[in-house]
Amino acid sequence: MATIYIDHKAYEVTPGKNVLETCLTLGFDLPYFCWHPAMGSVGACRQCAIKLFKDEEDTKGRLVMSCMETVKDNMYLSIEDPSARAFRTQVIEWLMTNHPHDCAVCDEGGSCHLQDMTVMTGHNYRRFQFPKRSYKNQYLGPFINHEMNRCIQCYRCVRFYKDYAGGKDLDVFAAHNHVYFGRAADGTLESEFSGNLAEVCPTGVFTDKSLKSHYTRKWDMTMAPSICQHCSLGCNIIAGERYGELRQITNRYNGAVNGYFICDRGRFGYEFVNSINRIQQPLVRAHIPEPADKDSLYRQLAIILTKHRTIGIASPRASLEANFALRQLVGKENFYQGVSETEAQLMRNILLTLNAGHTHSPSLKETEAADVVFILGEDLTNSAPMLALAVRQAIRKVPFEKAAQISIPTWHDAALRELAQEEKGELFIAYPTKTKLDELAGKPLHLSPDEIARLGYAVAAYLNTNSPAPEGLSKHSLKLARHIADSLKKAKNSLIICGTSLFNEAIINAATNIAMALSGEEKKANLSFIVPECNSMGLAMMDAPSLTYAMEALENRDIDTVIVLENDLYRRGGKKEIDLLLEQRKNLVVLDHLHHETSNKASILIPVATFAEAEGTIVNNEGRAQRFFQVFSPKNENFRESWSWLDEFRQFQNGISPEELQEPGNLLAGMVRLMPQFKGVDTLSPAADFRISGQKIPREPHRYSGRTAMLANINVSEPKPPEDHHSALSFTMEGYKGMPPAPLIPFFWAPGWNSVQSVNKYQTEVGGSLRGGDPGERLFSEIRSAERRYQNHIPPTFIPSAGEWLILPLPHIFGSEELSIYSPGINERSPKPYIAINRKDAKNLNAVENDLVQLRIQDQSYFLPVRIMEELPEGLAGIPYQIPGLTGISWPAKGILTKGNT
Amino acid sequence: MERPLTQHINFNRSSLNLKDYQSVGGYQAVEKALTSMAPGDITKMVIEADLKGRGGAGFSTGTKWSFVPMNTLGQTKYLIANADEMEPGTFKDRMLLEGNPHQLIEGMIVAAYAIQANISYVFLRWAYKKAAWLIKHAIEEAYTAGYLGKNILGSGFNLEMHLHTGIGRYMCGEETALLNALEGKRATPRTKPPFPQVSGLFGKPTIVNNVETLCNIPHIVNHGADWFKDLSPGSDAGTKIYGISGRVNKPGLWELPMGTTVRELLETHAGGMKKGVSFRAVLPGGASTDFLVEEHLDVKMDYKSIAAAGSRLGTGTMIVLDDQTCPVGFIHNLEHFFAQESCGWCTPCREGLPWTEKILLSIENGTGRPEDLELLEMHTKHLGPGNTFCALAPGAMEPLQSGLKYFRADFEKHIKEKKCPWR
Ligand SMILES: Cc1cc2nc3c(=O)[nH]c(=O)nc-3n(C[C@H](O)[C@H](O)[C@H](O)COP(=O)(O)O)c2cc1C
Ligand code: SF4
Ligand code: SF4
Ligand code: SF4
Ligand code: FES
Repeated sequence: MATIYIDHKAYEVTPGKNVLETCLTLGFDLPYFCWHPAMGSVGACRQCAIKLFKDEEDTKGRLVMSCMETVKDNMYLSIEDPSARAFRTQVIEWLMTNHPHDCAVCDEGGSCHLQDMTVMTGHNYRRFQFPKRSYKNQYLGPFINHEMNRCIQCYRCVRFYKDYAGGKDLDVFAAHNHVYFGRAADGTLESEFSGNLAEVCPTGVFTDKSLKSHYTRKWDMTMAPSICQHCSLGCNIIAGERYGELRQITNRYNGAVNGYFICDRGRFGYEFVNSINRIQQPLVRAHIPEPADKDSLYRQLAIILTKHRTIGIASPRASLEANFALRQLVGKENFYQGVSETEAQLMRNILLTLNAGHTHSPSLKETEAADVVFILGEDLTNSAPMLALAVRQAIRKVPFEKAAQISIPTWHDAALRELAQEEKGELFIAYPTKTKLDELAGKPLHLSPDEIARLGYAVAAYLNTNSPAPEGLSKHSLKLARHIADSLKKAKNSLIICGTSLFNEAIINAATNIAMALSGEEKKANLSFIVPECNSMGLAMMDAPSLTYAMEALENRDIDTVIVLENDLYRRGGKKEIDLLLEQRKNLVVLDHLHHETSNKASILIPVATFAEAEGTIVNNEGRAQRFFQVFSPKNENFRESWSWLDEFRQFQNGISPEELQEPGNLLAGMVRLMPQFKGVDTLSPAADFRISGQKIPREPHRYSGRTAMLANINVSEPKPPEDHHSALSFTMEGYKGMPPAPLIPFFWAPGWNSVQSVNKYQTEVGGSLRGGDPGERLFSEIRSAERRYQNHIPPTFIPSAGEWLILPLPHIFGSEELSIYSPGINERSPKPYIAINRKDAKNLNAVENDLVQLRIQDQSYFLPVRIMEELPEGLAGIPYQIPGLTGISWPAKGILTKGNT
Repeated sequence: MERPLTQHINFNRSSLNLKDYQSVGGYQAVEKALTSMAPGDITKMVIEADLKGRGGAGFSTGTKWSFVPMNTLGQTKYLIANADEMEPGTFKDRMLLEGNPHQLIEGMIVAAYAIQANISYVFLRWAYKKAAWLIKHAIEEAYTAGYLGKNILGSGFNLEMHLHTGIGRYMCGEETALLNALEGKRATPRTKPPFPQVSGLFGKPTIVNNVETLCNIPHIVNHGADWFKDLSPGSDAGTKIYGISGRVNKPGLWELPMGTTVRELLETHAGGMKKGVSFRAVLPGGASTDFLVEEHLDVKMDYKSIAAAGSRLGTGTMIVLDDQTCPVGFIHNLEHFFAQESCGWCTPCREGLPWTEKILLSIENGTGRPEDLELLEMHTKHLGPGNTFCALAPGAMEPLQSGLKYFRADFEKHIKEKKCPWR
């Protein structure tokens, strides 16, 4: 520890950090713009100036930028020094000379870092008398709005977009007081992380366009801590509502998971909640579908639930609570995972590895510390976007050691980049097509799925002779495998990433072998698994049979009722088999929030709450259980949590009359009792009866406005706010005003800090964990518990077969995920159906780019335009995974291609 | 009086080619250094000679070299000649570049050898078209003669040299912005530390020296440190190329011993003021230095003496202000340049300089207000060294702050009479 003196008072602090972050951690209100906790310092804005004195005697001191000074023992500093204060105020006055002062019509207004800093420095009188400079704004696509006149030239946007996230199409142009931040020409921002600009930009230049389409001030929203539902990483988010509509998703800092950022799918994928495609009320389908009131619904259910034999089909996108409630309703033996057998098998395999504890499943934060990374069979940017961003940081951090030798601290971003230049850690990517991360990898390895696995096996065999080696690998591949093995062996913190995207178990086996071979007694290698959906891991942990067995049950046992929970089964298997499954039953009960092919066939359709209207728990790819809270109580009373419906059905089945149905008790506690593998999920957040000074935590900021007027057109007396019996959060602005426990933070705010920058105040130290520890609990203890042998199912060499192609599911961040596609912006960014083949295959088909070819696959036929992908190995054809129009395929799949409609 | 740098420069004939240069003793320093001296000995010699950088800051050249890590076999290092010369009123490097390009190349080879750099660049101002051609040609000649390339003169030392022409931004002359520009990035400066000597071009140890600085090196190697010190009777060693522009009878450049007085330069060399105008003030070292006035005429033009008088030696090329020129307009013109050349990286300079420019223009145009002087003063205070990211803005404030001091009455007159008295 070091002792520093700030305005004559001594503080014990960590040496080596910069003075600005140290002051912020100590609770000082020191203004800044260009420094960003995740991106470090560059010293551009000069806003963070303070005085540094030579020693105790020095009274003159010199002005320094606190973000550019390293904390050292015996530093004498002053924040309050009049000349430092005057300078900071002056910096704001300069920034304001050209600022349009249009706060009233600015989306950032009221939650704007520039406003906060202006107030903090005390600048309030305009002395600049001349015309302001002005700029032309650009169209930047469906996600981000551009209003360049508000720019204060802090350079954060380009530093995030280009330097941090690897974007190519946003830059700074021109010079002197006419620098311009934007694209070379109008057009959609290409980066998958562009939405973060809205949070990174300290003013209203870059703002959330989806929010703009139904704009509400930040403080007028009802907000709750939530978890992103759009991939398996489980990024922490804040969701905000007004007038029964979900308005905005922002990042919720979690030091161990997503830190300061989220991806664009996560930020803009929320609009399904407001979709007109929502199921509005229970529907009972006799001959024609009829809306059902509670009475008729329960009359129908009475017939089904009491007289019939029922199975339940669970869902990887439903919460643990919902899946568990279904299991309780139908019984363990009638409970099935709503995923294909292939997927279930992949997940079982992954679980075995995670439970065996020979390798370490790293958090996103830990990922950033890896020095050599090998990715097998995943296009991370599209299948787990934030992991791609984390790998970018990992690869770039390697030259930091060299920097330390010449005393460049790790927060000194500019100096680090100048020193490191193009130098970075080693990244190997084996994937059939190009991926965005290829630019960071040495030589990209475009291989078929089986060849990826074979290469992986070869790498593992080099690392440990007990791991079986593939036969018949080319000399070139062997050399490559040896090179990768050598690099991994040299690494201090190697990371292997694989996943389920290609539906290839051999890849997972090979990756596991590599990680096991790398793991020693003391140190385990990092092994990350990408899994399909937000709660795939949680569902798999429930250890139930797959859809294939559900089908068997339907055939062999006299089951006549199927309950499908939050699941469109046409996304889980081939159209024909699902048709068969759904047609074999007498009653099909579907609970979901959106209409889809499966729900269209339901005999009883029950509307349920989305994540925004529900409370629940999901387990991410890492094995971290995380809790999301209800954001708002929906106007439509039918939008109830699946678990609440299902638990009622259970009570009803047990003979309780509809009038006497009870709220479910603590489902999670019951679940942990029955399934000890979930130990810990019931204590993720303070219980529903938790209070601070007798008060609940308000979901609405104290500045929430219009409460009494909002619904005055309907009824002049203000309605009683809904009550939340399930959590310690309230749907009001009254309640505890201080800092809530980390799992219950509905929004970030601190006095004087109205923007998202207030997160500094919630952390134990800047960039560290939230006070009281980051929320979420890892469910895998990682104690070496079971014997785990090397896998040895090595696939044979992939040989393209004449006339038949191996069809690859190519994930797309925008398009491949079921719910986010309902957002107009995401839909706009989604690719149109295509089929990717290499040039030679195209030539054999006599097809050129954009020619229509017919793909016949599992009795279905599609006409798709050709996209030539030079790098794609022969005999492989890729189609965009699960985009609208391309569902109903059982993976992995083979198909036949022919030119034209013959 | 010895004029080592310019003795062979004669603008009545064409510039020295390799043969001409060799015939007057050229490349002897390379021979001597590479075949008989250890790199460290050269650095030591340059330190002893007390050569100070001629690019403006006046830092000891040898000391700067001594910060380059030397126990790094095989590490890439760079030597760069800063030939960007965009400081208003400064044109001394141009003479050296056009008059005797091989002298610079020789200095660069020796300097590169001293720091064991294997790649070197001449970073040239785009507008110096003739110099570009000459340097390019001279580099080719030096390669052919074996002074550049692999195993120079059998010494085992390798050196590549390239010419890079900038795009004409003042900022590109600031050494760290120059590095960014050379890397193909925006010409914004870098923070120090880390210094370029440790992490410079492409993150590798790098020395950037001014053209004039480097041209001194062969002579120091040939004649020794004491000879160099003896060139000047004053406290700074060597000669200096001084220049004068403005309404004098003979504007020009002269190589003279360090410490020549302003008066001698003005009266003896530049032939005094033109008929009908009289001397008012002088920016002694280029546009980014403080004004000196009548009372300073006997100040010696060396680093210490000029600093004591409240200004800087800078590039040693002065701009003379006469009594027929409006000082407000004069300063406005300078601030216009600086505001335009601000790179836009840091707030005080990017926003502050245009503000001062606008205020100066309004004063000059007769719409100034008394409180504008306070605003100008505020800028001179807040744009001081350390407050801005690089030295451009503090430099820009030097003529303004001294102008406000010496010509306050003129400013006030503009404001009071609501017009420029010179118009
Ligand atoms: C705005 C600015 C412009 C500069 N332009 C030049 C230039 O054109 N030529 C030059 O030699 N030095 C210039 N310098 C000084 C350089 O940064 C650097 O100090 C110099 O090249 C070092 O060489 P020396 O040690 O040989 O003087 C400039 C500095 C600043 C702040
Ligand atoms: S657009 Fe925003 S982030 Fe970018 S420089 Fe301007 S104020 Fe900073
Ligand atoms: S990476 Fe995944 S979890 Fe994170 S924001 Fe994006 S879609 Fe959501
Ligand atoms: S002072 Fe700042 S804005 Fe001005 S040139 Fe230097 S870095 Fe750029
Ligand atoms: S925050 Fe320190 S200079 Fe911008």
